[in-house]
Order: sequence, then C-alpha cells, then structure tokens
Amino acid sequence: MGEQRKIKVLVCKPGLDGHDRGAKVIARALRDAGMEVIYTGLHQTPDMIVQTILQEDPDAVMLSMLSGAHKALCPVIMDKLKENEIDDVLVSVGGIIPDEDKPFLEELGLKGFYGPGTELKTIVEFVKNNLKR
Amino acid sequence: MDYSDLIQKLLNGNARAVARLITLVENDSEASENIINAIYSHTGNAYILGITGAPGSGKSTFISILTKIFAEEGKKIGIICVDPTSPLTGGAILGDRIRMKDNFSLKNVFIRSMANRGQLGGLARATEDAVKILDAYGCDIIIVETVGVGQSEVDIFRSAQTVVVLLVPGLGDDIQAIKAGIMEITDIFAVNKMDLAGADKKIADIMQMLELGMNYKYKSEKDEDNVALKSNWTPEIVKVNSRTGENFEKLIELINKHRDFLSKSGVMENYRKNRIKSETLQILKHKITKKVEGLISSSPTIDEYIRLVMDKSLDPYSMANLIIKLLGLE
Repeated sequence: MGEQRKIKVLVCKPGLDGHDRGAKVIARALRDAGMEVIYTGLHQTPDMIVQTILQEDPDAVMLSMLSGAHKALCPVIMDKLKENEIDDVLVSVGGIIPDEDKPFLEELGLKGFYGPGTELKTIVEFVKNNLKR
Repeated sequence: MDYSDLIQKLLNGNARAVARLITLVENDSEASENIINAIYSHTGNAYILGITGAPGSGKSTFISILTKIFAEEGKKIGIICVDPTSPLTGGAILGDRIRMKDNFSLKNVFIRSMANRGQLGGLARATEDAVKILDAYGCDIIIVETVGVGQSEVDIFRSAQTVVVLLVPGLGDDIQAIKAGIMEITDIFAVNKMDLAGADKKIADIMQMLELGMNYKYKSEKDEDNVALKSNWTPEIVKVNSRTGENFEKLIELINKHRDFLSKSGVMENYRKNRIKSETLQILKHKITKKVEGLISSSPTIDEYIRLVMDKSLDPYSMANLIIKLLGLE
C-alpha cells in the first residue's frame, strides 16, 4: 500500500531541560532525509508527549535529554504508552546518556542513546532501520 | 484491507483510531476511498472554521487561545495544522503544536499536524478527509490552519464554513487590500499583534477596501458565484492580541454572528452544494490525472503520438485531444 508513505517522526524535549539546539539539528537532518518531523518545543511532560504520540501517530519518537532526568522520565513515558496500547512506535532517547544507564533504558524498550558528535547519517539510518511498522 | 474495526472504534470515540485513520488517508488514496465511504453518513455535524494568514502572522497562537475558549464552553475540538513539504527532499518540519502547548492535555482536544505534500492551495490533499474523520469522531468544531499563505492560496474557503484571515500591522498598504485572492474569501479579518504600531492603519485599509466593495458592488450573473463568495455577508474586522487573549470575546461574537448568518435558510444549503461540487471535481482531477499518467508512461500509442509531435506533424494540443478520445472522455 501507500503511494505516499512518509516516515513521520516526533522530536521531543521532555522535562525541564531548556537546550534544544541538538533537537533542532536532528529535526532538520530528518527533514532533509525526506521525513515529516513534528517538533513540539521545550518542557514537555510525559502526559503531553504521550498525548502527542496518540494524536499524531508517528512512526518514531526521538527524546532529547541533556538534563540527567532520563531515568526519572523515560519509565513514566513508556508506562503511559503501554497504558494506551501503543506498541508499534520506535522510541529512542539521545543527548547525554551515561553508559551505565543504557541497560536500564534498554530494558524499558528504548533505543538509540546517541550523544554529541554522532554523525547525522548514523541517526537517519538508525531511524530507517529500526521502525516497528 | 478491512478498516471496519478502526472505523467502529472511531465512531465509539477512540482517539487512537482517529490518528490511525488520518495516517491511512494521508498515505493511501485507495484507503481514503474506503474509509470515507464508510463514515460519510456520520459526518456533517461539525462546524468548520478555517484560519489562514501569512507565515508568522500568529495563526497557531491564535488557534491556541480560541481552542481554550471553545474547550471551556465544553466543546469537543479537532485541529488540523498544515505546514509545507520541502519541494527538494519531500521532508517537512511540523511546528504548529509548539504554540498549542496549553491544549495538549485537554481530553476534548485533538490536534493533528499535516504536511501539505506538495499540494498547492494552502491545504494537503488529505485535509478534507481528515476533517471528515474528526467530524465522525464527534468534534463540535474543527479548526483548520492552512500553511502560511501568500496571496492566492484560497482552498480553505471551499473547505471551511467560516474563514478568518489573520493580518498583522506593517505588511502592505491599501493597494494590497484590494488585490484579488485571499482578501476576497475572508469572512472575518483579524488584525493580530494589535499592540504593534500600525494596527489601526491596517484596519483603516481593510475598511476602505470593504467600503469600495459595498458602494460599488458588482454582482456576477451566475448565482452560484455569488453564493460561493457568500455575497450577502459583509466581512467583519477585529483586532486581537493572541499572546494576551485581548479582544477574543469580540472575535467569538463575530464568529457566532457568521454562523448565524450561515444557518439562515438557503445560504448553508447552497454552500454545501458548492462544496460537494468542488470536492468531487478535486477527486476527479486526481483520478483522471492518475489514469492519464499511467497511460502516458506505458502506452505505445502515446509513444507514437510523441514521435509525431517531435516531427511537427502533430502539436501538443491535438495530441491532448487524441488522448482524451483514447480515454473515452470526449
């Protein structure tokens, strides 16, 4: 199916983290790779993020976190997704994610964990290759 | 594919089903047909409000305030925001939600961003279908935000019952105000950013334009043209501040006034007739174009014609006529 199938990605800044240059760079790169990118701006609560996913129906969600709150916020987001029976969306988190936290996040179903210095090509390929539908 | 499960969920008010169905109508015109066919009898209850204006005129912020007011009235609201697709890569940045943060968590508000995917006219091909899905979902009001428009993206006036055009101080003079296009399809002019210098000048320009139209009105002989332009309605003007919400009571008043005007006998029926006509025409164009494209890319007869045109024994107009004959459309 799909004469016009496009990959739709949501780029999000959860929590109080106020730095979104990285998120904008990612959004721009995905746009240039031909994807439709929704950017929702700063200070998103897990509820806002899940509502957005519910309404926008993206193929992938990229959480950008530099504040160190990933271990607090990611579980809440993943729980709420489960509550809403959303299980076919690739959810990834990137930014500043220490190595020792990765297994915990992986356990929750998150992927990616790309940090500063990652080539944009790597991220585009990652999205293309890890879609769940 | 069978969509009956999703459609049942949609009719039961399931938001996830709405999202899924909109994705389907965006991606696949065959799916659109089946879906619209199944839900069409459940549509027609929503009031459709179109918001258009130049990039940066404040459409999303404006809608955010409107939505809050409608939500407080207990209304169920659907919002479709269209942003442009890159002509180079096919990608898009959809950033209208940023301005609507306050409404993200409201249970009765459904916001959907949409890339126009190259469609001219200010909307996406799937916008009309998405409106119908939100209508069947039970939205009382559906707000459609066009891409940031220039002068001639006027599709919204065929899709929406009331069109609000956002203007801002400092762009253009009274000559801009009498040009054709966007300024003609407006039901309500909202001069946004009223705190900036020049807001009153902008209002004066619009009033002057409207006055010209009122005193020296030329009416087309074709009745349907006059109806399409909602010719008995004199556009209203209001200045607002979408950041503070100033003057929005006045705006809501005008929107309701226009709704009342439409509900008067005859106007709405004619409007709906025209809407169905133009929508069907769009669908036909899409279908016939697809057919013709298929024919042109694969038929040996067409290759033959092309050769004839190259040899100058046929011209492109005559070739087009031959193709029409070939399609049996003569």
